[in-house]
Amino acid sequence: MPAFVWLTVLTALRILGRNRLRAGLTVLGIVIGVGAVIAMVSIGEGAKQAVQKQIATMGTNVIFIWPGSTTAGGVRGAQGGAVTLTVADALDLKKKIPLLSDTGWYNKSSTQIVNGNRNWNSYTYGASPSVLTIRDWAFSSGGPFTQAELDNAARVALLGQTVVENLFDPGEEPVGSLIRIKNVPFRVIGVLSPKGQSASGSDQDDIVFIPFNTAERKVFGTLFLGSVVAVVASTDRVEDLADAVEQIRQVMRSRHHLQGEQPDDFVIRTQVDIGKVQEGTSETLTVMLMVIASVSLLVGGIGIMNILLVSVTERTREIGVRMAVGAKRLHILTQFLIEAMTLSVIGGCVGILFGVFAARLTTVIAGWPTVIATQTVAIAFVFSVGVGLVFGLYPANKAARLNPIEALRYE
Amino acid sequence: MNPLIICEDIWKVYRVGDVEVLALRGLSLTIEQGEFVAIMGSSGSGKSTLMNILGCLDPPTRGQYRLNGVEVGCLRPDQLAEIRNQQIGFVFQSFNLIPRTSALENAQLPLFYRGLSLKEQRALASAALQRVGLRGREHHAPTQLSGGQQQRVAIARALVTSPSLLLADEPTGNLDTQSSREIMGILEGLNRDGITVILVTHEIDIAAYASREIVIKDGQILSDRATKGRPHVVGV
Ligand SMILES: Nc1ncnc2c1ncn2[C@@H]1O[C@H](COP(=O)(O)OP(=O)(O)OP(=O)(O)O)[C@@H](O)[C@H]1O
Ligand SMILES: [Mg+2]
Repeated sequence: MPAFVWLTVLTALRILGRNRLRAGLTVLGIVIGVGAVIAMVSIGEGAKQAVQKQIATMGTNVIFIWPGSTTAGGVRGAQGGAVTLTVADALDLKKKIPLLSDTGWYNKSSTQIVNGNRNWNSYTYGASPSVLTIRDWAFSSGGPFTQAELDNAARVALLGQTVVENLFDPGEEPVGSLIRIKNVPFRVIGVLSPKGQSASGSDQDDIVFIPFNTAERKVFGTLFLGSVVAVVASTDRVEDLADAVEQIRQVMRSRHHLQGEQPDDFVIRTQVDIGKVQEGTSETLTVMLMVIASVSLLVGGIGIMNILLVSVTERTREIGVRMAVGAKRLHILTQFLIEAMTLSVIGGCVGILFGVFAARLTTVIAGWPTVIATQTVAIAFVFSVGVGLVFGLYPANKAARLNPIEALRYE
Repeated sequence: MNPLIICEDIWKVYRVGDVEVLALRGLSLTIEQGEFVAIMGSSGSGKSTLMNILGCLDPPTRGQYRLNGVEVGCLRPDQLAEIRNQQIGFVFQSFNLIPRTSALENAQLPLFYRGLSLKEQRALASAALQRVGLRGREHHAPTQLSGGQQQRVAIARALVTSPSLLLADEPTGNLDTQSSREIMGILEGLNRDGITVILVTHEIDIAAYASREIVIKDGQILSDRATKGRPHVVGV
């Protein structure tokens, strides 16, 4: 009965067209609901993608190992001071765990950096060369330091973009120039490509890398030789991350002589874990959106049901006539369902346009990134059809169950 | 040939609160194909009740009703709808056109429920409108038509499916004499083409168009007689 369906849609449109104001007010709930959801999801999606981009700048398949924050049970004491991570840990991990493609280690310290008469405060990382490859640092000029430069404690430095901007004139080439870090002269051998903000909002380009040994012996100084603030490791494949984390845990526990119930004296994190924190917040947002969406769709649906009940009453005689000339129950049911769905689909479509417009406006006015996912739009559309169907069912069924004689006699 | 309508001992009981209203009391009736029957009787005698039963809009409380050899009493609502659509045309006193809908679309309505294509619906409906003399008024809404014209649209709607039975409950009740004559002329023409017409009326000169006159009183047949047919006074 395709002719029946599309003729019914046309009839529905004409009937709604006669009562434009009424139809408009009826679908307002759905328009607002769908619009709000589309706008909010677009903003949420935009934020999420921005965060994911930032997480990706940490490098792929990276595992971070930090000294444990707990000192429960005096474990540290038994270990010998606060040193829980060392260069030896990093080297041993690489040797014992074939899953790891590489490991690296670093210390960091806030330092004053001077170039001529300019100075700038920045974090200087004393790192193994492998840190640069594991964290996917690229170079906009020059290149990394070598293993030999690490072993020799060479005074060479790599500068992040923010440091370059604050110490050099625009257009000036930093590579080859001499700077001072904590008053120790260094030769700049590379400039790092910009990475932008980190997931936690700090500037990842405000950074200086120097070889670990140089930092330890000539710049930072240290109480315990070989102690590091962090070890990083990487795997070739994302799928191996979980296994690698578990193996690292085992190796570290045995290296640190931890037994049975004793808690870890180190923390292992992957960028997946760090991403989860962000996802957590966007999940809260999603739940909130779903609540808003359900409430407004419910309100919209009730509006549609109400107006349809009015319509069924107003058109009781018409229903009687239709039955008298041979309309079956299914015909009447379909007619009112189609009217309900026409209303809700119009509401849904206007809502989608409204939401897309609001999202664009947010980007233009507030500068927030927004992403309009076709999936969201499709779901919103399906939902608005569904609302018409669900809330149209009761009035439509009421119409279909009318007794033709009583309907014809209705005043 | 089988009779078109066989009613045997039809009862219709309405219950209003505690009171039972016996609208039809054991009425029996046979109508042959092609007859033109006028049903008369005082107000409240049960004429409309009988028409609704004959039109398969309402089942009798008791008794048998056979239409074209089919026992109607045991059919489901959707089967009754099908019979109304295929075999019966209705004309009501109050026209009962769908408001704000053109004459053509009103006349199309029964075909719409047959699932015909729009083109077929339009063709048959405009032929029906032409037959009742409404050529050129296809796109007028009911409010743009006179009472007589509205009733003609209703007749077009009733005859568009080529029914075997046309039921008209006081079709001229709301019309002036001139329009009444025109409407009766149309019904007479349809009857001449073989459609069985059953008509309820209070007016003797309207009943005179029929070839058989049944008078009902208190839900029973008081008299049932053949008439000579309409007197030659009307020219349409
Ligand atoms: N739905 C109903 N509920 C209760 N009683 C009804 C109902 N329909 C009809 N009746 C009663 O049945 C009887 C017959 O009514 P019906 O409408 O058939 O009369 P009628 O002959 O068509 O009268 P009129 O010439 O005034 O149209 C009346 O007494 C009426 O009150
Ligand atoms: Mg009556």
